[in-house]
Amino acid sequence: MKDLVDVSGEVRVNDFVIKIGNVNGTGSASANGLLMKAIFRMGVPVVGKNLFPSNIQGLPTWYEIRLTRDGYMARSGTAEFIVAMNAETYRQDLAEVSPGGFLLYDSTWPRPDLHARADVTAIGVPLARLVNAAFDNARTRVLMKNMAYVGAVAGLTGLDVEVIRGLVKEMFGTKEHLIDANMKAIGLGLDYVREHFPDPLPLRIEPMDKTAGHIMIDGNTAAALGCVYAGATFGAWYPITPSTSLMDGFKSFCEKFRVDPETGEKNFCIIQGEDELASIGMAIGAGWNGARSFTPTSGPGISLMSEFIGFAYYGEVPVVLFDVQRAGPSTGLPTRTQQCDLTLAAYASHGDTKHILLFPANPKECFEMAVQSFDIAERFQTPVFFMTDLDIGMNDWMIPELEWDDSYQPDRGKVLTAAQIETLEKFYRYEDRDGDAIAWRTLPGTHPKGAYFTRGSGHNWKGGYTEDAEEYKVVLDRLTTKWKNAANAVPAPVITRCGKDARRAIISVGGCDGAVLEALDRFTENGVNLDYLRVRGFPFNAEVDAFIDQYDEVFVVEQNRDGQLRSLLVNETDAPKHKLVSILDYAGMAANPKFIIEGISAHLEALGDVA
Amino acid sequence: MTSMSKPFIDKHLPKNKLGLSVRNYEGVMSTLCAGCGHDSVTAALVQAFWELDLAPESAAKVSGIGCSSKTTAYFMGQSHGINCVHGRMPSVATGANAANGDLHYIGISGDGDSLSIGFGQFAHAIRRNLNMLYILENNGVYGLTKGQFSAAADYGSKSKKGVSNDQMPIDPCVQALTLGAGFVARAFSGDKSQLIPLIKAGLMHKGFALIDVISPCVTFNDHAGSTKSYAHTYKYYHPLVHTDFVAHADEVTGSYDKDGAMRVAMADGGELFMRKTADDYDPRDRAQAIETLLMNKTEGEIRTGLLYLNSDLPDMQAANKLPKIPLNQVPYERLTPGKAALAKLQSRYR
Repeated sequence: MKDLVDVSGEVRVNDFVIKIGNVNGTGSASANGLLMKAIFRMGVPVVGKNLFPSNIQGLPTWYEIRLTRDGYMARSGTAEFIVAMNAETYRQDLAEVSPGGFLLYDSTWPRPDLHARADVTAIGVPLARLVNAAFDNARTRVLMKNMAYVGAVAGLTGLDVEVIRGLVKEMFGTKEHLIDANMKAIGLGLDYVREHFPDPLPLRIEPMDKTAGHIMIDGNTAAALGCVYAGATFGAWYPITPSTSLMDGFKSFCEKFRVDPETGEKNFCIIQGEDELASIGMAIGAGWNGARSFTPTSGPGISLMSEFIGFAYYGEVPVVLFDVQRAGPSTGLPTRTQQCDLTLAAYASHGDTKHILLFPANPKECFEMAVQSFDIAERFQTPVFFMTDLDIGMNDWMIPELEWDDSYQPDRGKVLTAAQIETLEKFYRYEDRDGDAIAWRTLPGTHPKGAYFTRGSGHNWKGGYTEDAEEYKVVLDRLTTKWKNAANAVPAPVITRCGKDARRAIISVGGCDGAVLEALDRFTENGVNLDYLRVRGFPFNAEVDAFIDQYDEVFVVEQNRDGQLRSLLVNETDAPKHKLVSILDYAGMAANPKFIIEGISAHLEALGDVA
Repeated sequence: MTSMSKPFIDKHLPKNKLGLSVRNYEGVMSTLCAGCGHDSVTAALVQAFWELDLAPESAAKVSGIGCSSKTTAYFMGQSHGINCVHGRMPSVATGANAANGDLHYIGISGDGDSLSIGFGQFAHAIRRNLNMLYILENNGVYGLTKGQFSAAADYGSKSKKGVSNDQMPIDPCVQALTLGAGFVARAFSGDKSQLIPLIKAGLMHKGFALIDVISPCVTFNDHAGSTKSYAHTYKYYHPLVHTDFVAHADEVTGSYDKDGAMRVAMADGGELFMRKTADDYDPRDRAQAIETLLMNKTEGEIRTGLLYLNSDLPDMQAANKLPKIPLNQVPYERLTPGKAALAKLQSRYR
């Protein structure tokens, strides 16, 4: 066994990546979650990314934990410490270790080839042997091996075992035997490395105080919680990765908060549709009938729902669609992330259709924007797309604690009461009485005078069928005005200025935010001045136009092949096309700053420019 | 479709308990072909609602696409209606029902809308036992696109141009029975005396009520050689069970009385009287109903009436334990857990 050496000659405290390679279906998720949570509990900011296959059991899976003392929100793209638990990917894992880094593997079966890289220290811990000697049951052995590497990592990095013990106790509650078994397994790894590798690694975990007031939560759970707080009562869905956990979350929160303890009655209804076509139909039916309703899905679901989306747009029915985007086209990479449905959602369905989109960047915004989505959908009586992605939706993010203002009241939009209808001489569904392009609606069952006929066929402002060109255009034109007006209702963009006179800027969206902010720090260090605007809604707020106007060039950073955000900017702002330069990443992984730094640097070098 | 209103004069017409005449239950002018079976169904619906003294606003009409689906504009102009996309009416009805189960949902569909593009949604609405009256106006043909066979066209039935249908038909009643529907009826648009009581009973049934109405298409499927023509239907149709509906009965039993009629109380009010025409037919026997329909198909007979009834199945609202007060009326205060609960909840994410 080679001595432990710090090849890079640098001790890194709370600033490195632990990446665990495993086989899916072996229960490693809880061990990895435990590791990350323990680091978080030590006050060290963390970024966790689960890279998993579209499979139930047997394929490679990785979990990345980035310790980021500076509080960055993105992947670093490096792997200083790889815990290689999957022999199938040993070679790939070894190749990926950052120079000067470490590779821990199960040396029950010796692998001299893993010691081949001179700049990487391979650490063999006979995990299987240790665990097999201590536990009898085959499944237990598989699970406990995961806990054993948690112990080994703790021993090598200085992760506080008492913090781990506290978490294990929380995990298993009163099941003492499970607490004991897990702590025993953790002890196996810990004791072994303490005995065989007494010198500390140059990758150190030390207590900090930077996670107080924060939580670790995934975006789908946060969005589900937003649906509960928004007062959504109806959700229809068809299971699809990566959106499934959103409805799972909604269900579990509703079971907790929405069931009458005395009668057992449920103040919510969740229907698993026979497909996405039915799910959106149900959500529209409920929205038409005055319940706050939604459907969570992903790109393939949006494709299927498109006809109904056009119906809700033209018939002016509020409904919220959660699009947890995954890599396309077609079935694509169901467990990889992308921002590839932007243009699809913006113009979903045949004919002239334009929609309202919200772009959360992290679970905190998922919670807040979920609530806003329902308000906007009912205010504007139209489908609203909540555009999140697999990275935001399924990974645990460190965010400031969620806040709620009890004075919040849902904006139910323009809905006439029976008493209001009574005073009307006649009710016309699509009459622009207030000149704001939003017509009053009525709910079924309210009043016979308020009855109207919702149709996807041509209709006039009275709600009657028409094939008359002028009557048809009146409604269509009002819909355009209504959509444009929504630019002031969607969340305003977030602008970050570098404080210097920047000639160039970045525009980005959603989950790229962390990577952009980190890239900006690197640019600042190198004297490159860039301002930054993050789009949070569509149609674009006037600030987006004004922002682009201020710069010679704007880099549009996004995660898809075709520059979809750029297309929307070209289409829907007055920005000259040549000013918008695409910086793209469509590999399917959560964003890291590299592609932004490299892309922009290459562009500037080609111009012979530096700032 | 049209938006043309009919002249409204009802001074001399009788009024129901709400003081409304049948005219109050009509919609805009029909634009279907003169003699279309669907218009007879529309007329029967108007009559049934009026006779039931239903407040117009207590009903909601749902439909998809096709000649039949257009008819929701032609009745109950004082009720909300939604005419959505092809074959997807059941999903809209499902969501609407979840939001407010207090309304009477009337779905109008056709054989194209229900048995081809909408076959899946038709089946799953039945599986959920959605509380609605589902009328399938069945003419075996696509009218709006000028005469293609539908999935309900009988094997060997001839098109207007003389082409013989070479695919097996889908029988919506058999399908509904196998999927667990609690109310399955077949009727004929040409027999109002049978159709009106069935509509009333279907509206008062709690759960999915299917009425498959043979409703001939006078333009594309009313010729010799068609098995969905008026002539063919008149010749081969036999009521299997005579049905009558009494809105407010005082005595409720579930057994046959002296003249052989079975009386059944309906969950949403009223009482149903069923009289068998064949001694050995029991409309409570699902397997027998299926067998009878399958036999009839080979014999070329069209058996009609309330073929099967089971009023004891929990509907979607019950299965989901939805509250008595409709979801769309639950006050927000009961829906939000509030600030304190959010603070408490977050300890699990620390």
